[in-house]
Amino acid sequence: MKIKGAIIAAAAVMAVSTAANADTLADVKAKGFVQCGVSTGLAGFAFTDANGVWDGFDVTFCRATAAAIFGDPNAIKFTPTTGKTRFTALASGEVDILYRNTTWTLSRDVDLGFTFLGVNYYDGQGFMVRKSLGLKSAKELDGATVCIQTGTTTELNLADFFRANGMSYEPVPIETNAEAQQKYLSNACDVYTTDASGLAATRATFEKPSEHVLLPEIISKEPLGPLVRHGDDAWGDVGRWVMNALVIAEEKGITKANVADLAKNGSSDPEVNRLLGSEGSYGDQLGLSKDWAVHAISAGGNYGEIFERNIGESTAIGLARGLNQLWSKGGILYAPPFR
Amino acid sequence: MAVISNDGEKSFHIGMLIYDTRYRSYTIQIFALCMFMLAVAWLLDNAITNLAQLGKTFSFGFLFETASYDINQRLIDYTSTDTHARAAIVGILNTLLVAFLGCITATIIGVIAGVLRLSKNWLIARLMTIYVEGFRNIPLLIWILITVAVINESLPSPSGFRGADPESSPLFGGLLVLTNRGFYIPAPIWGDMSMAVVVVFLLSIVAMFGFRRWARKRQEATGEILPVLPISLAIFFLPTLLAFIALGMPITLEYPELKGFNFQGGVFMRDSLIGLWLALSLYTGAFTAEIVRAGILSVSKGQSEAAFALGLRPNRTMNLVVLPQALRVIVPPLISQYLNLTKNSSLAIAVGYMDVTGTLGGITMNQTGKEMECILLLMAFYLIASLSISSVMNWYNERVKLRER
Repeated sequence: MKIKGAIIAAAAVMAVSTAANADTLADVKAKGFVQCGVSTGLAGFAFTDANGVWDGFDVTFCRATAAAIFGDPNAIKFTPTTGKTRFTALASGEVDILYRNTTWTLSRDVDLGFTFLGVNYYDGQGFMVRKSLGLKSAKELDGATVCIQTGTTTELNLADFFRANGMSYEPVPIETNAEAQQKYLSNACDVYTTDASGLAATRATFEKPSEHVLLPEIISKEPLGPLVRHGDDAWGDVGRWVMNALVIAEEKGITKANVADLAKNGSSDPEVNRLLGSEGSYGDQLGLSKDWAVHAISAGGNYGEIFERNIGESTAIGLARGLNQLWSKGGILYAPPFR
Repeated sequence: MAVISNDGEKSFHIGMLIYDTRYRSYTIQIFALCMFMLAVAWLLDNAITNLAQLGKTFSFGFLFETASYDINQRLIDYTSTDTHARAAIVGILNTLLVAFLGCITATIIGVIAGVLRLSKNWLIARLMTIYVEGFRNIPLLIWILITVAVINESLPSPSGFRGADPESSPLFGGLLVLTNRGFYIPAPIWGDMSMAVVVVFLLSIVAMFGFRRWARKRQEATGEILPVLPISLAIFFLPTLLAFIALGMPITLEYPELKGFNFQGGVFMRDSLIGLWLALSLYTGAFTAEIVRAGILSVSKGQSEAAFALGLRPNRTMNLVVLPQALRVIVPPLISQYLNLTKNSSLAIAVGYMDVTGTLGGITMNQTGKEMECILLLMAFYLIASLSISSVMNWYNERVKLRER
């Protein structure tokens, strides 16, 4: 029995080892769908709607990736991950790509063995408190009880911030955004801290959002972006260029509405033609079909459209473009040339 | 004869390892052991190869790097500039604390509920049945979440104590403050000469046990029963109290006071500790109750009837006749309940209690990416903790088991 058990366990270990070593793009094509790791639920970024369909900012990027590969934004399986489980899920091959408000840091890029494909949202860590406390600055938080998601960079920033300012605090580590929200609303914490976009998204789901304010301090840089396993560059290129294509589409004014028309009739701008596949063989170079970018843009529109529809100022979350505006319009969103 | 036996030894051939019953079992066992060790070696090699493929090295060096995260409940000094190893120790102490508290209360709850379940009072017996079945049949994680949610939602937050006419106020003249972030009690402040009071207290405990032993010997020799309980209590309290007053009350209390966002001062028991402790105790207590009930029922009715016939009162019958025999049945399964409780405490992170699974197996693992090393260390810790508990309990079991003379 012992030996039999050992052999079965050994076989299981071996199965994992093969999965971690393969050509992900070929594997994904063979499976027929992309496995995308997302948040367990963060309004605007990744959530399931009333019909149980995943939607949100990060989710739309996942769908665009699936559309680029299969021509179908629904050829995708979502895996909800917590701050703690996300890296293990990616490293073990449970997900192919992780779109989960993940901050690009050196140790994650190098030591954890992942490759970041770029930044799809430039963020920073903020603090949310009740308006009734009458606070003006995060420097007044000495002695406060702070709710924080565990396994995130915010945890480390928080420790640094309070230490640098010589203040004490009581950290309450929480596993998911939903639990943190419950703790904060029951006033078991004075402060909830996470990326400012996450705070805005969480506040939008409160019964009375106006009773809560975000403090002016942004205490860190949080470039959030997708990541894949280290050492599979072909797969990384696909993810990176899907994201770049959506940014370039916004630059060039290609929208969900006019993309089919532009692809069919061509444009006077050669870069648009290259992007949409009527010139050059860029799809082949990536191992995708000629019209991959057309499908990716059709999935949810260009970067600007995705932003506005999910988290923009017209939504309940109401985030301004800020740094996430195109470089030509005062932001720092800048995609390399498509040629 | 000698010649023949010599021949037998000389004529050993390899086939005998299988066909000779004297050697066969060894052959099979050695073969099995080799296969098992090969499998283990292969598994280890596979793990190392896979780690290398993922670009990860196997080393425990990360333990001595700066942790740079904070932990709320610390039994030893710890700041975010300390190492991961120290963070792990803080977590280990938190695990041991909740396991220790939990084992004690689970035993008390279990014994009471187990005895009451056998009560002749219909209502009490049924109530205990509801308790046992309710807690045994609902997952522990849910009970932990429920208890903490009840504390968070039902008790007032510290801001409720603020203002000239606060909604809530401390209980018992400031001795207990119940907030939804945890409970506060006053902390002792050790002044000059307070050590003398502590020494007197420790001596009186020794004296109390000495007296009880003497009283038992005397009872066995003469049959005379002394009022042990009142005298013990007197020895326990009076000398310490007298020393305390005589030395000018060196120990004072620091009351928790509302300062800023939270109460400051006093002893703070966090909502997560209280909730986890309560849930673990009630859950394990339900199992313990059944073990205690089984133990008591295992003592044949003739024993207690014989005791009654000798004129022993019911509580003496329980203490002197039934329980000593029941303990033999109770202790072995109780060990595994204690082990379960200790291991179940790893659910703590669900409510933000920073036990060793939360520090070493949670934040440290996540920030350093050393999954393999962290999980191995965690396994080693839980193994050592469990083996220690079970060796202590086995020693106790040796003491209470039937001595055959």
